[in-house]
Amino acid sequence: MYTLYYIAGIAVLISFFADRQKTVQGLKIGWKKFSKILGTYLKLLIILSFILLISDQFIINYLGGQAPFVGLIMGLIIGSITMMPGFIAYPLAGILVSRGVNYMVVAAFITTLMLVGVATYPVEKEYFGIKATVWRNIAGFIISAIIAVATGILYGEVLI
Amino acid sequence: MAKKKNNKVNYYIFAVFAAFIAGSYFLNFNLGEKIGANFMIFARDMVSILPPAFILIGLFDVWVSRESIENNFGHTSGFKKYIYAILLAATTVGGTFVAFPVANTLYHKGANYSSIFTYVTAASLVMIPMSIMEASILGIKFTAIRIGVSLPLVIISSILLGNFFNKINYKIPKAE
Repeated sequence: MYTLYYIAGIAVLISFFADRQKTVQGLKIGWKKFSKILGTYLKLLIILSFILLISDQFIINYLGGQAPFVGLIMGLIIGSITMMPGFIAYPLAGILVSRGVNYMVVAAFITTLMLVGVATYPVEKEYFGIKATVWRNIAGFIISAIIAVATGILYGEVLI
Repeated sequence: MAKKKNNKVNYYIFAVFAAFIAGSYFLNFNLGEKIGANFMIFARDMVSILPPAFILIGLFDVWVSRESIENNFGHTSGFKKYIYAILLAATTVGGTFVAFPVANTLYHKGANYSSIFTYVTAASLVMIPMSIMEASILGIKFTAIRIGVSLPLVIISSILLGNFFNKINYKIPKAE
């Protein structure tokens, strides 16, 4: 869990032996960037802790027992607005599959979860600007839809 | 100036939130406790990733020259910039939370729109540890389809978006 600390520590040491001044300058830049965005990250954490209240049961109820096409749309929408770490999302996806939910629907949910971040908007717009953030997320949504349909076809759930 | 104020507001919001969570635990307010537990899930991730990630970003900023970024991720680099962007994404620890600031730094060092879009999008799609977890739960076929179908789409859409943003002369804000 703290692997990145070791990597950063080693990098700092190597850098320090190579060039002291440059290292100090680099650390200063890192700190400046970090302190500037910290508030936005904290805000994001608050948003995410509310979003995670949407329970597993809710998602299972909404994605299960739908007609495939409705499930696909639902998966795309729920995946876009929610955000959860992989160790919660994948077991949940496993439950969905075991309940007989189509792979297409699970793919729609999982990919939009990764590609479309309505909740991460505050952070993304700081680094990309509003326009790029909006377009990138629209593109992510379209890509997710294509992936989901392709999954459906390749699993033989959608006939063409 | 506005940015600084904004940051301050966020700290106030956070202080109120922290007080709410602490109060909930104190009063056994169930919903508040649940929100607090959710917060901890994400907060642990952030604490273990963000500070060292920003140290690395700072070092990256001073050590990596503009030319090398331009040659590998910029106009002078051909198709290989997408390969590099995807490889960098696959090994980025921490997903999009780290990928956003890294992409911003790359851009201001001369990377193209299309390569940073590819990088950020791929960073949420093909993280190695996540993909392994996915394959073990949903099956390798699922993961193979997802990655196989998505990568070409990611590159195509990044090129389209990149051309569009070059055309309208869009500038990405500088996060210092």
